[in-house]
Amino acid sequence: MKDTTAPAAFDVNDWIRQEQMPHFLCPGCGHGIALRALAWALHEQGIDKDRLAVVSGIGCSGRLSAYIDANTFHTTHGRPLTFATGLKLARPDLHVVVITGDGDCLAIGGNHLIHAARRNLDITCLMLNNEIYGMTGGQVSPTTSGGRYTSTTPMGNTEPTFDACALAAAAGAGFVGREVTMQVLGLRDLIGQAIAHKGFSFVEVLSDCTEIYGRKNDLGASPEMMLAKKSEMRPFAYRNTVDVPFRPNHLRTGVIARSDRPEYGAAYRAMAAGLRGEGGGA
Amino acid sequence: MSATIRNLEGNEACALGAIRAGCRFFAGYPITPSSEVAEVMARELPKVGGTFIQMEDEIASMGAVIGASMGGVKAMTATSGPGFSLKQENLGYACGAEIPCVIVNVMRGGPSTGMPTRPAQGDIMQARWGTHGDHAIIVLAPASVAEAYSETIRAVELSETLRVPVVVLLDEVIGHLTETVDLAAVPETPEVWRKFATGPREGFQPYAVTEDLIPPMPRPGDGYRAHCTGLTHAPGGFPTQVPEVATAAVTRTTDKLALHRARIESWRVQDAEDADLLIVAIGISARAARQAVRDLRAEGLKVGLVRPVTLWPFPEDALRETVARSGARAVLVPEMNQGQLVLEVERVLAGRAPALRLNRIDGQPITPDEIAAAAREALT
Repeated sequence: MKDTTAPAAFDVNDWIRQEQMPHFLCPGCGHGIALRALAWALHEQGIDKDRLAVVSGIGCSGRLSAYIDANTFHTTHGRPLTFATGLKLARPDLHVVVITGDGDCLAIGGNHLIHAARRNLDITCLMLNNEIYGMTGGQVSPTTSGGRYTSTTPMGNTEPTFDACALAAAAGAGFVGREVTMQVLGLRDLIGQAIAHKGFSFVEVLSDCTEIYGRKNDLGASPEMMLAKKSEMRPFAYRNTVDVPFRPNHLRTGVIARSDRPEYGAAYRAMAAGLRGEGGGA
Repeated sequence: MSATIRNLEGNEACALGAIRAGCRFFAGYPITPSSEVAEVMARELPKVGGTFIQMEDEIASMGAVIGASMGGVKAMTATSGPGFSLKQENLGYACGAEIPCVIVNVMRGGPSTGMPTRPAQGDIMQARWGTHGDHAIIVLAPASVAEAYSETIRAVELSETLRVPVVVLLDEVIGHLTETVDLAAVPETPEVWRKFATGPREGFQPYAVTEDLIPPMPRPGDGYRAHCTGLTHAPGGFPTQVPEVATAAVTRTTDKLALHRARIESWRVQDAEDADLLIVAIGISARAARQAVRDLRAEGLKVGLVRPVTLWPFPEDALRETVARSGARAVLVPEMNQGQLVLEVERVLAGRAPALRLNRIDGQPITPDEIAAAAREALT
């Protein structure tokens, strides 16, 4: 849904609170790319900043909300989807975007993710997956790859990882997608589709933590980490091609699931309007 | 019979009071003995253009309530002991970020799952100190169904005007007690709202220090595009670790309640003027004490009652003055826990009169006879 006629040129500075710069992200961190892609997508979707609410949790990803020139809410650890649920139900006129991380969204906030997906309330959720708890000093997360060293897996990670997109899709999210930070344009377009989707949309952004995770595991600098991540992924469209043996990770990028299930807020308001004898209408 | 005179349960009265005060959002999670609040809200809110949602857990329902309030809608939740514990994290956020909201907590036996269908008063300290860090919070303790109605209205109004979370603390007896209530006994007054931000967008500071220490709240969509965080924040709304700015930020929220104390505090006194012994009690224990005072007075014993309706901030001047004026030799504190309210009474009286204890933790209310017996013993 477009609020205004989108101006032609995108300038990321139009979406950033300049007084909050310089940002606190480490050199090489992929979160800045995700932030830029989000701003670009918001611009392309013609979103009015005054009607945009960005809700974030705790961790490196949580700090991004403060940089966006909108109505921003930096909430508690793992709970941004719960705040966003109340906000969107109370104010259906707002565009609500949640920024969360792999620890925030899949560990402490995992229950809220599956129920947000089940309800299918019109919220766009961006999960920045850098495979680590960066803010607290580099502890293992539900998406840390097998064998990787973190401060709480000193002998290498022995836990299996989550496929966040499979989880969100299984729980009923109306739109599910994944992209790597290296594909900025693809990420922008994916986030744009997520914002445009009426229902709960979930986008997993495969980000990189060079300073803590990369350094501890000798993964190289940011370009090496991003290239490695990209090479592990298979665009969704390629799933049945001979390319398969060369993409061992099998995690797919692009739009992974999409459905036109009824959006929860509209369904509730229609029920309430009927109760008041107003008939139909969301 | 007038349409405003109703037979209501305490929990029902909380829900109807909240709706009357303009609450239009409720998020909850099933828990005994508070579920009726959610059930009434689920039925009534959509009729008045409001929204009810049953969230996936207690934490989520507190988060959703804060989110709705941040959107500019009056919001409430209800729970009981274990659920109240789960809400404490987000309740702390509401304290720190000064988001108006109302939490009904119907106390049951504890600790842990305890005795879900049995009354207790074990959350007196949890209601005040359950969330971490220094924070301001208001706790109201109704002792009748009529008061559950009127105090929930007052909770919404205090929460809105002071930008502070307000807990309505019932015990299971008051929550499930059915009494006749005249809803019209609470006079019709204009709806009370928080102070929304108006004026220039440029340079707007969401936590500016105003004379009344209550910063106007920006409403999304009004063009302020402000930031809200649970991190300790400067007046501009963004995080700070500058020692003096951090001190001032937290201190303003606690000073705010001190400044508006007269509006917040509420208490009732019965037969206190000449009392040799004063009883201090809340909720159903205060109801029992009221009967005990009548019985003891009939015997010629000079016993009175001080009942804090606002439990926190504790009406300390009122208690001190009542004790001083009456010249009471001792204070008796009956409560359904091992002694929580008595700690505050001891702090306030600071040795001016001994505070005697009367406690039950067996899931049974304290009876008027028990209180009368303890009073007689104290006076002999």
